[in-house]
Amino acid sequence: MIRALVRYLDERSGTAPFLNKALRYVFPDNWSFLLGEVALYTFVILVGTGIYLTLFFEPSTAQTYYTGHYLPLRGHQMSVAYRSAVDLSFKVRAGLLMRQTHHWAADVFVASIVLHMLRVFFTGAFRKPRDLTYYIGLTMLIVALLEGYLGYSIVDDLLSGMGLAIGYSVLMSIPFVGGNLALLLWGAPFPGSPAFESRMYVAHVFLFPILIATLLGLHLFLVAARHHTQFRESRRTTEKKVVGIPTFPGQAPRSLGLFFAVAAVLFLLGGLVQINPIWLWGPYHVAQGTNGAQPDWYLGWLIGALRLVPDFDVTIGHYTLVPNPFWGGALFPLVVFLLLYLAPWLERRLTGEYGFRNLLDRPRDAPWRTALGVALFTWVFVVFLAGASDRVFVSFGVSYEAQIWAYRVLVVVAPVVALFVTRRLCLALQESDRLGRIRKRAEAEARGELPQPE
Amino acid sequence: MSAIRRWAIALGVLLLGRKQRQPRFADRTRIVPPGDPDPRAEWLVLLLLLAAAGAAVGFIVFYSFNHLAHQTQYLGLALGLAFGFVAAALVVVGKRLVVTEELEEDYPLPGHPTSQEELEQLVEESGDRFTRKRLLLAGAGAAGTAIGAALVVPALSLGPLLDTGAFYETPWRRGVRLVDGHGKPLLLDEIERETFYTAYAQGADKELLGSPIVVVRFEPSQLDLPAQRRDWAPGGVVAYSKICTHAGCAIALFRKPTFPVVEPGPALICPCHYSTFDPTRAAKVIFGPAGRPLPQLPLAVDSSGVLRAAGNFSGPVGPSWSGVRSKRPRNPS
Amino acid sequence: MRRALAAGAVALALPAAAGAQPGVGVNAKTGEGLYAAYCLSCHGVDGSGVTSTSHPRGVLDLEGLGPPLEGVGARAADFYLTTGYMPLANPHDQPRRKKSPFDDHEIAALVAYVASLGKGPGVPHPQPQRGDVSSGLSLFTEHCAGCHQVDAEGGYLTNAVAPPLLQATPVQIAEAVRIGPYLMPKFPANQISDAQLNSIIAYVQWAKHPDDPGGWSIGRIGPVPEGLVTWLIAAVALVGCCLVIGRRFQR
Repeated sequence: MIRALVRYLDERSGTAPFLNKALRYVFPDNWSFLLGEVALYTFVILVGTGIYLTLFFEPSTAQTYYTGHYLPLRGHQMSVAYRSAVDLSFKVRAGLLMRQTHHWAADVFVASIVLHMLRVFFTGAFRKPRDLTYYIGLTMLIVALLEGYLGYSIVDDLLSGMGLAIGYSVLMSIPFVGGNLALLLWGAPFPGSPAFESRMYVAHVFLFPILIATLLGLHLFLVAARHHTQFRESRRTTEKKVVGIPTFPGQAPRSLGLFFAVAAVLFLLGGLVQINPIWLWGPYHVAQGTNGAQPDWYLGWLIGALRLVPDFDVTIGHYTLVPNPFWGGALFPLVVFLLLYLAPWLERRLTGEYGFRNLLDRPRDAPWRTALGVALFTWVFVVFLAGASDRVFVSFGVSYEAQIWAYRVLVVVAPVVALFVTRRLCLALQESDRLGRIRKRAEAEARGELPQPE
Repeated sequence: MSAIRRWAIALGVLLLGRKQRQPRFADRTRIVPPGDPDPRAEWLVLLLLLAAAGAAVGFIVFYSFNHLAHQTQYLGLALGLAFGFVAAALVVVGKRLVVTEELEEDYPLPGHPTSQEELEQLVEESGDRFTRKRLLLAGAGAAGTAIGAALVVPALSLGPLLDTGAFYETPWRRGVRLVDGHGKPLLLDEIERETFYTAYAQGADKELLGSPIVVVRFEPSQLDLPAQRRDWAPGGVVAYSKICTHAGCAIALFRKPTFPVVEPGPALICPCHYSTFDPTRAAKVIFGPAGRPLPQLPLAVDSSGVLRAAGNFSGPVGPSWSGVRSKRPRNPS
Repeated sequence: MRRALAAGAVALALPAAAGAQPGVGVNAKTGEGLYAAYCLSCHGVDGSGVTSTSHPRGVLDLEGLGPPLEGVGARAADFYLTTGYMPLANPHDQPRRKKSPFDDHEIAALVAYVASLGKGPGVPHPQPQRGDVSSGLSLFTEHCAGCHQVDAEGGYLTNAVAPPLLQATPVQIAEAVRIGPYLMPKFPANQISDAQLNSIIAYVQWAKHPDDPGGWSIGRIGPVPEGLVTWLIAAVALVGCCLVIGRRFQR
């Protein structure tokens, strides 16, 4: 049976030699290399559940009245979009499962990209020749953030409507052109023309997924074309030779198993843990607001930044050069991503290494890179924590105003402290490694064995 | 032989038979090294796969109910477990049933100088008949840029780009009545102190940023408005735009001190980033990131006691942009 | 003479008020006696209020400060006492819900005493069963959600907390809406009618036990707990899967 299948395939596509080579591609054997796959499989689940949702969701801001079974919303005026989302949750069988799985998958997608990115950064896998792969990955992260934001905003519930107003304001705050851009994109002052819902919908359902899929294809192609990096694990792992498990039969059940594990985790969450219960928030109205409104976790760093900036608009006479939301909402993420994009270039300039690298570093072996990475991460993380300070106050009683001041100080102090502490830690770990090696060699010599070469 | 016996024997063979096949490629050098069988692992995998099948069938069963309490939980559990069992089965296959190999492979060459040069040569030689390469490239650049611009230009239909006049438009002007959410006009005498009201411009779309206002009443002696706004607050009633000047959320919080000796003063607060505005002092920003105060709407009372606007807002409503301080708002109609 | 008695009562009351332990050094069961023991140091003789700090400090170096209670009626006393907002040890603190140190009889006595300090509104008798949850959601979103969060899970406002309402009884909700305790607005009947108040209470009652068809509700406040689940449950589980699946092959 295998023979028939293989012959059919090869006769019609000529791919037997390619498959022979591809199926024996060597995967370095390290668990942290699976993080990227987690992101990939989450994306597959996102597309699958997403397609299901598009079969029911109606992206229209036409106004209607709710006449369904959910009592608290009976008779409420709402957009057709919101009503279709409520119906998806209550009327469509398995609709709530698909909605929740889709939303959990979106949260997990960004989380897994971040974990993968951290692994890539702290092991130096982004260095030449994989800097292009890294840029593509970073771009996918940015698109994923936007994609998630649009996805929960098309529902037109109270929470996401407030979030859209903020996004509009951040865009407006860009010096010189912000107002023009916001007006162009929304079609009219907020809440915008009815076409804006269509714009969000088509971007979320079609344009951005195609973009991510294309970038993903390129990303995977480049990874395979230049081959995975590897850790320096034995004498055999060098810059010239890669050691690991072949795709088939070794890696295949592992990767496939991971896919099913990801699917399992996401569907279990989707059925068992409630997420974004839009029926509780009610539909969005411009004159309404609720306390405790937050964006999804991956935009929490931006709400933190917006809350921390003190109250000033930069004006020149009557001209408002820099409205307040710009610093936290636009400049801060711009700087963070700029630094991330510059990482390969900075690495080359600071280490003077312009050649190829196929071997990975342990984080401790590159103290400055690790320290700078930890410092950047700390900076973002402190701002991220600041975004939840109101809920910390409500739950734990720590004064909000005091937290804001504390975070304003930490935002400057914590990254610097993290930088020096991390560097010290890396150097200390290196030292203990060195001493460990000396001790092992001494023991081997004492036993009369020849010392093992490095 | 009866059909049942045949099926029973086939099932028995399926369950208990072990493979004794002659490998087809026995005389060649092996690609994959040999490995020992692990019958326990095989049973485990079978069990897991059957459990997965069971869970999937469970999903179908749960789905078939028209209405079941906690249906979403059962569906999620069933499907999640189905996937989970398959994952476990594959992990067992990977760890115990697949031959363990550690291979070496060369990294691809950093570059292919010969091919690179051939590519260069190909492009260079193809250009033999061109004598004015640079000029033509400039021409191509001009054509490309212009066509690119032409293709982008229809995007301008998305909305106004150069004309930001729409930002200054509000549905308020002198004489427009204040109404509540159901369209009933607000009477001065019905506005009480120590609470806050949301009002809209009569006849206007409630979903415009310029429409909703928040109305609060104070003792006239408590108010400290700028000189030119002294007559904006009949009976101590003030009105401000309900849209926060920081990032556009609705000002949905009002802080009213019961015992001002120990409690903070009255304030209008936004729930998004907690910009806090003092309604007795023309909505001055007293906490939070807002860069400008809330625009104030001048009020007047007509002969039947209904509250009306005495003009447009003191400034444009909503979040700031470059022109927010350059012009006063206007009513387009 | 009355002044001397009052001063004496204040001197006696200050230590007791600072401690706010029922029965400690107090042998009073009447409303007036309880008032003198627990309330007088901040709310003054006959509920006249204490607005200046020009009197001796009590134990713990605290100065009594409190609004007048004349005319607040049984409604306010019942609310503040049954929620445990009062007695308040430090007048500069925000009153928070806690178990009242008084039993029902003591509360009734105090309520009666405060009601006698001047004509004021009585304890309300709301009828939430006459209200409807749907109007309640609209009204709650319009008037209350900004501070208390749309699911009554509580929230923050500058310098204060708007508490969650999940323990509030219908009577307490009706009282609070009309009183406007602490920093809360005071909604009159011509803004929120009694019928509308019934609906708001019906909604809050419903919000205490919503259906949660999606499963474990994780707080009903949205993305903050969702993010915690993403990282502390999903990410941990998935990294765990990677560790198990990706364990180095042993030769």
